[in-house]
Parts: sequence; structure tokens; C-alpha cells
Amino acid sequence: MEDLLLLETIEKYLDNQMDAQEKAAFELVRKNTPEIDQMVVEHAMFLAQINQYSAIKSIKQTLAQTHQTLLERGDISNSANVTNGAKVIQLFHKYKKVASIAASVGGVIALFISGLALYLSPVSHSSQIQQLSNDIAAIKKSQQYQGKLINEVKSKLPAGVKFISGGSGFLIDAKGFIITNAHVIKGSGAIVVDNNGKEYFAQIALLDQEKDLAILKIDDADFTSKKSLPYSIRKSTTDLGEEIFTLGYPRNEIVYGTGYLSARSGYEGDSLSYQLQMSANPGNSGAPVFDNDGEVVGVLSTREAQLEGVVFALKSNNIYKVVNDYNANNEGSKDIKMATRTNISRMSRKKQIATLESCVFYVKSFDK
Amino acid sequence: MKATSNEQALLKGLANNDSAVIELLYKENFNTIQTFILANNGSYDDAKDVFQEAMIALYEKAQTQSFVLTCQIKTYVYSVCRRLWLKRLQQKGRFTHPIDNLEENISVDDDLEAHAKHDAAYAIMDRALKSLGEPCKSLLEGYYLQKMDMQALASEFGYTNSDNAKNQKYKCLMRLKKLFFAQYNIGE
Repeated sequence: MEDLLLLETIEKYLDNQMDAQEKAAFELVRKNTPEIDQMVVEHAMFLAQINQYSAIKSIKQTLAQTHQTLLERGDISNSANVTNGAKVIQLFHKYKKVASIAASVGGVIALFISGLALYLSPVSHSSQIQQLSNDIAAIKKSQQYQGKLINEVKSKLPAGVKFISGGSGFLIDAKGFIITNAHVIKGSGAIVVDNNGKEYFAQIALLDQEKDLAILKIDDADFTSKKSLPYSIRKSTTDLGEEIFTLGYPRNEIVYGTGYLSARSGYEGDSLSYQLQMSANPGNSGAPVFDNDGEVVGVLSTREAQLEGVVFALKSNNIYKVVNDYNANNEGSKDIKMATRTNISRMSRKKQIATLESCVFYVKSFDK
Repeated sequence: MKATSNEQALLKGLANNDSAVIELLYKENFNTIQTFILANNGSYDDAKDVFQEAMIALYEKAQTQSFVLTCQIKTYVYSVCRRLWLKRLQQKGRFTHPIDNLEENISVDDDLEAHAKHDAAYAIMDRALKSLGEPCKSLLEGYYLQKMDMQALASEFGYTNSDNAKNQKYKCLMRLKKLFFAQYNIGE
């Protein structure tokens, strides 16, 4: 009985429900009786535990409920195949900029033609001309609107959008085609490639999830295409022990790394890849793997999580496969044409890097 | 990469058990975790378990005063899930070398150690409450978990007055404390 009373008093004290006098008296007792002091400490700790228990229990309930709600709404799925949600919306975001540029080009042409019509038409048809100029006003308006859209997209990059994924990529055609890993491309917003601090907008030209490769096309007026690329891409396979090096962007700055080819197949015998012995970090995904001559032999893509220095690179012949896929759908001058020979083979490594540096890009994906 | 103010607000919401915030976090992160677990010998249920445990770890972290998240929430959640899952694979003895994309992830060992401690305490409290038996269990849950007052509890359990209910509550509480500390101190 006495214990119960004591417990009640302690709880009252800890809950701050005592008046000043009571509190002072109790604190004195506490000071003079170590056993009671110990009990207070113990009970305070116990109350903290039970509160924590209560809090975790309710968060567990919320989580279970949330899971159920999202499942019912279809935001998450319970199957073994995960899709990334609304494709249409992703496509819309992806092509919004292209669409707005196309629309404004259309607007300019329409303006030009109507101007021409205005200039060439006989004066007598004044009512028709009136009609046309109205159209021009309407077109102007819509073009202003498109112009606004474009400005929005541009100015949004630093402020409103979220940087969600970064990796590396490199040029395969001097016109501005870049190859990288498909898993580097994420999110619904813009893709920006960065070389030495200079940023360019890029569009997805092709995405092959199976091979985990993506082709990007730099689509930016600031970009000046190069005359030719200093390296070619190897068609045949590379042999064990081949010394290799890579340039990539595991951080904001380009980073050089070396290693050697340690197995002819990748993770669990994956015949699309090589195993390399070298160090690689997040952000190295999509980086080129060069042999000593500076020829591209692979695309760095994954690493083994538990083993230090075990890295996998997609074999370079996969690049030819995706490029062929792309060219099959895009004829003529838009074709990707890859260099046929490497012209940095006799240079020292430092000179090779200096030449290659401008061809390796930091690929950033943004979310809206 | 420091957590932005927007993310800080989300964490605050999580710490307050705000269901809208939890839904948002859930929606934004679950699919990534599911993909990772499925790709590494796991099932849908494993993904659910691991993800919810990571959310609890984040919740515990968000509750502490000195709390700062030094990375994005999604990086944190991914890192915790990854660590938890690798641990489970090891325990199950079907440890194959896991593979992941060169995705950003941070070391969360210290946080997980703290979480394991919390988790153990939670399990002990859960066991202690369950072995109390009725009506003690419901009475204490009513008072400490649902924060009902003595008057309401007395009428719900049919005590003649709130003093009797209070008396009973303290008796139960003493038993619970005994059960809890017997286990808890061994664990220490």
C-alpha cells in the first residue's frame, strides 16, 4: 500500500502536478533519501520508455494505414514488377521544352507568312487583311505565352527543380551525342550535362533499360560541336589484364582512376559486362573506360557493394548496338557517326587526359 | 548535400506523426526500396518490412533534439534500408554478393545501433504488456497510450469511482515495471 502511495506521489511529481509547497517538501525528501531519489529516476526513465513505446506504436499504425491507402490507390504496387508511375506525365515533362520550342518556331513562321501575305496582297481586299492581322495578334499572343514557358523552364533550373541524380557520360559523336547509363537518367525534369562548369541542356535520344544505356543529345544553342572525337569505340572484346583508366564525375570535378580488366564477364556471369579492378564511386556511373591507347572499351556502370574495388563496366560493343537502334529510326544527317580511329594513342597519359577531359560530361537529372 | 528547409519541414511532420507527411514520404520512397529489395533476393513483404523499419528509424532520429540530417531524406532512407536488408540477408545465411547501382549512400551504422536499442526496448515493453493480462493491460494502455483520464477509465472498466481505478492502475503499473526492468536490465 505504501509503495502504491509512493509511486503515485512520484508520478504526480514527474507530471508537474504538485503545488510549490508540496514540491519543495518532496524534493527535500528526495534529497535526503537516496532510495526515493533512485525510484524517481527509475520511474522517469520508465515513463520515457512507455511514451516512446506509445509513439512508435502509433507511427507503426500510421505506416500500416498509409501502406494500405497507397496500395488501394495504386501509388505503390504489391507485385514483383515495379513501374515508375504515370508514364504519360513523364513523357509530357520530358518533351515539354521541345514542344514549346516547336510551337514558337511555328509561331515565327506563321508571323512571317502572314507578314508576307500582308505585304503582297492587293490593297482592295481590306476586310481580308483585317482578318489576317487579327490572326497575327492572336499568334503573337500565343507566342508570348510560349516564350514565357521557355523562360520558365530555363530559370527554373537553379531555383524550383530538385537535383535528383548525377552520373557521368561521354561524347560518342562530335555533334553532341552523349552516352551514359540508363539508371543515371531519372526524374521528370530537365537533363543537364556539365563539362568543366559549362552546362548544356540535353534531351534523351534513346533509353535502353535492358542494356542500361542511354543516348543523350545536347540541345543547347551554347554548345559548339567539335570537329571530331579523339577516340574510337572498340568493337571487339578486351582481354584479361588489360590496363584501363577512366574519367568521371563522382564529385563536381572530373576524377581520374586506373585499374585493370579482371574478368571477361560481369556480375553473376553477365556477358554484357566486364569485371574491373579499380575504385569507383557513386557518380562514376556512365563514365568511359579507356585502354592505354585511349580507345573506349566500356561504360562504367555498377560495383559490388560488399567488395572493395570490384566494378562492372558494360562492354563497348553494346554502344554499337544502341547506336544502331537509334540510327534505324533516325535517318540521314541526324545519324550518329562514331569516330573510326583513336588519335591519342602515342601521347603521354597526361596529354591524353587533357584531350579527353572535354569529352566527358557530368550528367545531372532534375525532378520538377 | 544538406537537407533543405522543405525536407526539414517534412521531418518535423514525421516527428509529429502527421499522416499527410508520412503518406508523401511513403509515396516518394517506397518504390525505390521495393526495386532494390526485389533485385536482391527479397519479396514484396520484405520490402514493406524493411521500408517501415527505416521510416521508424528516421522517426526516432527526427525526434531527438540535436537532430540534423546531413543528406537528402531519400538518400538516408535508401542507406538505412540497404544496411538493414544486407544484415537480414546475412542472418538468413543466403548472403549473395549484393549488387547496386553506383547510387549515393551514406554510412548509417551509428543510427542503426541506436535504432536497434530502441527496437529492443519496444519489444520488451510489448512483451511485458502482453504478459500482464487483462484488465491491467487495457487499463495501462488506456492511461499511458490513449491518454484517457481516470474518470473515463473508471467508467469504461466499471470501477465504482476513479480512486479505485487509480489504485488498480498503480498496482498494474508496479507489475509492469517489474516485468519490464527484469528484461531491460539483462539487455543492457
